[in-house]
Amino acid sequence: MRTHNRNWILAAGLGMAVAGSALAQPNRGPQGPPANPVAAAPQIEIVPVRGHIYLLAGAGGNITLSVGPDGVLMVDSGLAQNADQVLAAINQLSQRLATEGQPVKSYAPPKPIRYILNTHVHADHTGGNEKLGKAGKTFTGGNVTGEIADAGEGAAIVAHENVLNRMSAPTGTQSPTPAGSWPTETYYKDYYKLSHFFNGEGVRLTHMPAAHTDGDSLVYFRGSDVLATGDIFVTTSYPFLDIERGGSLQGEIDALNYILDLVIPEFRTEGGTLIVPGHGRICDTADVAYYRDMVTIVRDRIQNSIKKGLTLDQIKASKPTADWDPRYGSGDRFVEAAYRSLTAKNKK
Amino acid sequence: MKMTGFWLLLALTAPAFAQMDFSGEWAPVQDEDDTGNPHIGEFIGIPMSEAGRLRSEAWSSSYMTLPEWQCRPHGAMYISRGPSQVRIWKEVDPVSRQITAWHAEWLRSIDNPYYMDGRPEPSELAVHTWGGFSTATYEGEMLKITTNHLKEDYYRRNGVPSSDRATLTQYWIRRGDYLTWVTIAYDPVYLTEPMIRSSEYRLALNQQIPPYPCTVVSEVDRPRGVVPSEMPGANPYLGEFGEKYNIPIEATKGGAASMYPELARQIVKERNAAKK
Repeated sequence: MRTHNRNWILAAGLGMAVAGSALAQPNRGPQGPPANPVAAAPQIEIVPVRGHIYLLAGAGGNITLSVGPDGVLMVDSGLAQNADQVLAAINQLSQRLATEGQPVKSYAPPKPIRYILNTHVHADHTGGNEKLGKAGKTFTGGNVTGEIADAGEGAAIVAHENVLNRMSAPTGTQSPTPAGSWPTETYYKDYYKLSHFFNGEGVRLTHMPAAHTDGDSLVYFRGSDVLATGDIFVTTSYPFLDIERGGSLQGEIDALNYILDLVIPEFRTEGGTLIVPGHGRICDTADVAYYRDMVTIVRDRIQNSIKKGLTLDQIKASKPTADWDPRYGSGDRFVEAAYRSLTAKNKK
Repeated sequence: MKMTGFWLLLALTAPAFAQMDFSGEWAPVQDEDDTGNPHIGEFIGIPMSEAGRLRSEAWSSSYMTLPEWQCRPHGAMYISRGPSQVRIWKEVDPVSRQITAWHAEWLRSIDNPYYMDGRPEPSELAVHTWGGFSTATYEGEMLKITTNHLKEDYYRRNGVPSSDRATLTQYWIRRGDYLTWVTIAYDPVYLTEPMIRSSEYRLALNQQIPPYPCTVVSEVDRPRGVVPSEMPGANPYLGEFGEKYNIPIEATKGGAASMYPELARQIVKERNAAKK
């Protein structure tokens, strides 16, 4: 275990027994961007965000955790092959928090995973749903306990309904993901609120239509003032616009502007609302603003080139992302997706 | 045994007598250059990468009117080069009387702590800040400050970007009432070489840094989502600096060569040749 002040890296040794499963299949999400091609046991790191909110990184997409007296709420669940390591890391964190400063006799087992909230459909964010969901136990209402035998089995998995639609399939056809990984609760309007406080605060999902995909949710921890963005915002690459799954460039920009409308810095554009991106480090207002600026400027350049009649190849050759390529890598895929989005007949 | 303890104590406390004190109010001495008001297109002396040059040339000053940037402070990559006063103070452990941190704050900055208490670096995944995470050590009478975890920032306040992967090494060198503040920036994204700059400050005993309140307002009435920027190759203002000071446009574009005197000699040589 590597220690960073109050940070913990829960080394892969936690789950070496299951590393074989990680090696057995290519480390590439079937519905997402290419993951790290080196199929090695993940190095899980947990970093405090604020209060009882933590970032768990290294399992695929970032996982945001709320750990406290009500149990564990997860935002996303990482890749399927890393679920055992994620579960071990969460249990270790929960155990430590439950016993920290307590006399031995008062030890109580940490409470289970209650909720998994999916920010979008990609496998690096939903792959652990099935295993981690089964390891949890959701709340049941007092008027149904005992009447619905399995109501309390497994954690509730919440997502926008477009996530369920893309993970499942019509009856009689093969679904792209196992039924056990599907959301158990969905919403189809603009937002969804947990019906009661969890670990002392309200939690709200807000649908961002047609951004990274068509099923993106921002998850806001109202008391902690922490926002989990999924892959609408990442610090490791250009945006991945999944056009096939309903993503769009303008929707991405609209979502980033929505985030900036929501967040409030503490002082001089620093601190305040903390943001957990889909991949990368913890951020604040300024980081999202820089990213929004970059995406918007590149959009303007591509739009300008389209108006001049340039083809996609000509636009790629003009390198509209060259200013940021040393930071985010090749912009070709982003430029191509942006071009497709801007030239679509019913562009969003 | 007692004598051993005495010598050990003496050895441990001896450096305290040699440590330079930097505490106080310091005013900038800008005899060498006006670092606070650069022109658009004035990139000379900055070893910018190609990406840095492209981004700088696309920068529009209207960018700073966006709500997100109106109240931003100057970050560590620029602030010591600015025209503002600085207050330096120290934290001292009440028991050991060792300095545990130095702090610096300018008119328009956030508090910049430079830790000397041996604390470990934050995780790579921790939030980045305008001042970054800094540790400091004495090197003789100089203070050496090492900074990482910086936000994206600027090297010059005319759009020359620094990246959030950049790091900074700083030196404080005090000679009586003068303080030389040396910064060495390393940036794998926007610099091709380390950039070394120095600024001078003079002790100002009667100085009081005023408050710097800031409220975000609508400075420009523009449609939602607009981010001001010049199209690549179409910034009409880039040539103004060179024209005003009679410097070839290529030299104003910065780059590593523009840091060195050979470039100035080359320009003079070419001009002299042209006169003949």
